[in-house]
Amino acid sequence: MREVAVLGVGQTKFGELWDRSFREIGIEAGLQALVDAKLGSGDLGGLFLGNMASGTLLDQEHIAPLILDYAGLAGRHLPAVRVEGGGASGSLALHQGFLAVASGCYDFVVVGGAEKMTDVLDTTANEIISSTADHEWEVVFGATLPALWGLIARRHMHEFGTTREQLARVAVQMHENGSKNPLAHYRNKLTLEQVIGAGEVAEPLGVLDCAPLSDGAAAVVLGPLEVARKYTDTPIRIAASEVACDTMAVQHRASVTTLASTVVAARRAFQRARRAPGDVRVAEVHDAYTISALLALEDLGFVEKGQAGPEFASGRFAAGGSLVVNPSGGLKAQGRPFGAVGVAQVVELVRQLRGEAKERQVSGATLALAHDVGGTGATSAVHLLERAD
Amino acid sequence: MSIARFWRETPRRYNLGGSKCPLCGTVYFPPRPVCPTCPQHRRSLEKMVPFQLSGDGTVFSFTVVHDAAEGFEMQVPYVMALVKTVEGPILTGQVVDVEPGEVAIGLKVRATFRKLREEGKAGVIHYGYKFTPSLETDVRPPARGPAVPVETAAPTSTDRASA
Amino acid sequence: MDAGIVSYGAYVPRYRITPTEIGRVWGIDGKGMGLGLNVVRKSVPAPDEDTITISTEALRVALIRGAIDPQQIGALYVGSESHPYAVKPSATVVAQAVGATPNLTAADFEFACKAGTAAIQTCLGMVGSHMIRYGVAIGTDTSQGAPGDALEYSASAGGAAFVIGRENVILRVHRTLSYTTDTPDFWRREGQRYPSHGGRFTGEPAYFRHVTECAQRMFEAVGSTPKEYQHVVFHQPNGKFPQRAGKQLGFTEAQMRYGLVTPFIGNTYSGAALLGLANVLDHAQPGERVLMVGYGSGAGSDAFDLETTDAIASYDRSYGRPIQEYLDGGVEIPYAVYAKFRGKIHMGGS
Repeated sequence: MREVAVLGVGQTKFGELWDRSFREIGIEAGLQALVDAKLGSGDLGGLFLGNMASGTLLDQEHIAPLILDYAGLAGRHLPAVRVEGGGASGSLALHQGFLAVASGCYDFVVVGGAEKMTDVLDTTANEIISSTADHEWEVVFGATLPALWGLIARRHMHEFGTTREQLARVAVQMHENGSKNPLAHYRNKLTLEQVIGAGEVAEPLGVLDCAPLSDGAAAVVLGPLEVARKYTDTPIRIAASEVACDTMAVQHRASVTTLASTVVAARRAFQRARRAPGDVRVAEVHDAYTISALLALEDLGFVEKGQAGPEFASGRFAAGGSLVVNPSGGLKAQGRPFGAVGVAQVVELVRQLRGEAKERQVSGATLALAHDVGGTGATSAVHLLERAD
Repeated sequence: MSIARFWRETPRRYNLGGSKCPLCGTVYFPPRPVCPTCPQHRRSLEKMVPFQLSGDGTVFSFTVVHDAAEGFEMQVPYVMALVKTVEGPILTGQVVDVEPGEVAIGLKVRATFRKLREEGKAGVIHYGYKFTPSLETDVRPPARGPAVPVETAAPTSTDRASA
Repeated sequence: MDAGIVSYGAYVPRYRITPTEIGRVWGIDGKGMGLGLNVVRKSVPAPDEDTITISTEALRVALIRGAIDPQQIGALYVGSESHPYAVKPSATVVAQAVGATPNLTAADFEFACKAGTAAIQTCLGMVGSHMIRYGVAIGTDTSQGAPGDALEYSASAGGAAFVIGRENVILRVHRTLSYTTDTPDFWRREGQRYPSHGGRFTGEPAYFRHVTECAQRMFEAVGSTPKEYQHVVFHQPNGKFPQRAGKQLGFTEAQMRYGLVTPFIGNTYSGAALLGLANVLDHAQPGERVLMVGYGSGAGSDAFDLETTDAIASYDRSYGRPIQEYLDGGVEIPYAVYAKFRGKIHMGGS
């Protein structure tokens, strides 16, 4: 197994991209990454594409060769593989790309994540995202994806005293961060009152506790660390790429208020990288719902179980803190094109580690963590990234 | 939703048919072919026993849904709950016959039979379990063994008893 | 006969609406309408309820109270004029939902409001002839009256289930007989949403003639007079008709008291007489004689000469609600919510 580096990154704006098709945004992100890596398409070994639901959102399955074809590369007959794991599709694609290069079977790959969610009605998109939960035993009985996270939130409040206000603070912070991100779906700032007073979705979660439905694409170029310096002055090493699963349905979890998939993926990642949570200076975590972010902080090992509410509210994860969480604005403000998120998290972290994050720059970051979740936690992926110099 | 996919689950959705591991005694819903709890899963393969839940339980968590799931639009706002049954498994279901403000963690509930959704005005109607608050007086015999319906048992003869 | 009622259960949905509220929308003196019909409130089913769900709840109560193994049910019939499907029986869903399948016969009955009593007669025959051990007869409706029509003030939802058998009988059936003619007082053509009726024709030539003729024939057949009965239950399309019929036949208010439920929950159609009988059974002591005379438009009456046994003293009704709770309780809703629940609002689309 050889070391793998991120050589280049690319990302489209996230939002309602009415004039851009799925093919266009996928190709845009991929080409950006190739150009950033200064990699000729002649050296490209394959594409791994994360995408949750192109079939139901766009009537189009089989999208990995589609992207290569419309990028002009069909004639090279490269391997093109779509990877799916609900909201974690992007980071699962990253995991596959990592394994492809680490194994020595491939030299350079593009890992992309793309999703176009706004070509269908909101009601349709919401049904589709609920298919990442347990359809037969949760959704059929009336539970939507936010309702399941609402059940988790209520239980978390019951077990640990987490408050509605502590949930809302996550959204406020995400928008504060997103206001500095030119690619973000939402760049407006929010007040606590706005979040708490917003329309209800699945109590205690309201409209502003929930990440939006977004269009967007992101891509990274991976290659062997040993030759990375030919392509970039700031190679970023993937120190760990770990994936873990858990029960599909929330009702079957060992604990409703813990994502064991995150706990295990994080533990394995830190073990493999020979690091600890305290070494991480910047993280992009899965904040699909405000409660998801609080759970992430606990399950990744950044705070004690049950303490994320007060800890986050203290401001220690804001800009300037010892661990800055979701400088991009997270899923909430940067946006949530489901299959793209996991890759976009890595794009942001690579920019942070390279020192290219401008207004959002976290100073002195050498170790970064990306955390992506599918459904309500049936899949978690944790990636650790390190400056290689 | 396809006809067959829903029909296949009627012993679960209508009758709360689960399964029980004869080795460790854990009850599961929906039924499992292999026991996830036993340290040696393989030993439970083909040994799991049908077990029908009584439907009695308490609210473990709940949420009030304003953005409805498909088919639930006429009931907004409605209560979804995780219900911890007396036999152990937690189920996900709607709590009906109660105002959202009356639901709390710990509320005693029992399963009831309601429409889940219709395939439009001309399609099949899908039924299944929801939960309603238990009355103090709702006392019933405890959950029993074989799941219902007993498809694999020898047919019960229609009665030919003498007068 | 040795067949009789072994166990019973009932269910009435939670919501209620008053004649005053209905009249408010249609510019009618709803309060006066209610007084004229002797209907105080009527029940309204929730959007997720129908004849199948109500029947299932009622039967589950009956089976638990009687500790009856559903696999011992040999026949199950659901009588209604608001079956959810025109083709596909409610009875199979109910049978599946209580665990009675697959070894039984099942079918749906329709005879306007007397589909439930007709089902009881059929079960008595099957049990009495030893074809089956237990038979289930259910009468349930979620009927609607056309918006603004007189029937809208009374048409409601509810149902009752009766298990018929020969063991541990709590209500013995001495005799049942019927009076049937082709009388078009109230009907609904295939494909029509709401029923039609003959106005005043539904009274004397229809309800009253059949109920009183049937009752008289029962008195003759068993050699009884009204005095012999502690309780009487009539079909009750409103709270007035049964009182008048009872008076015509010579029954007192005390005898009619428990059997009259329509004033408080509305007309549950195929469930009406059966819910009245259930309320009688909730209160009855051993050795009490009951006359039940059902009526269904189209038209016909089924009469039953019944008597409670000693076994009713030890019959455990703890599970499920007493009928009185359904009569006293419920949550009132405004007309707009009632219209939404009952699907009267055009939702667009095809």
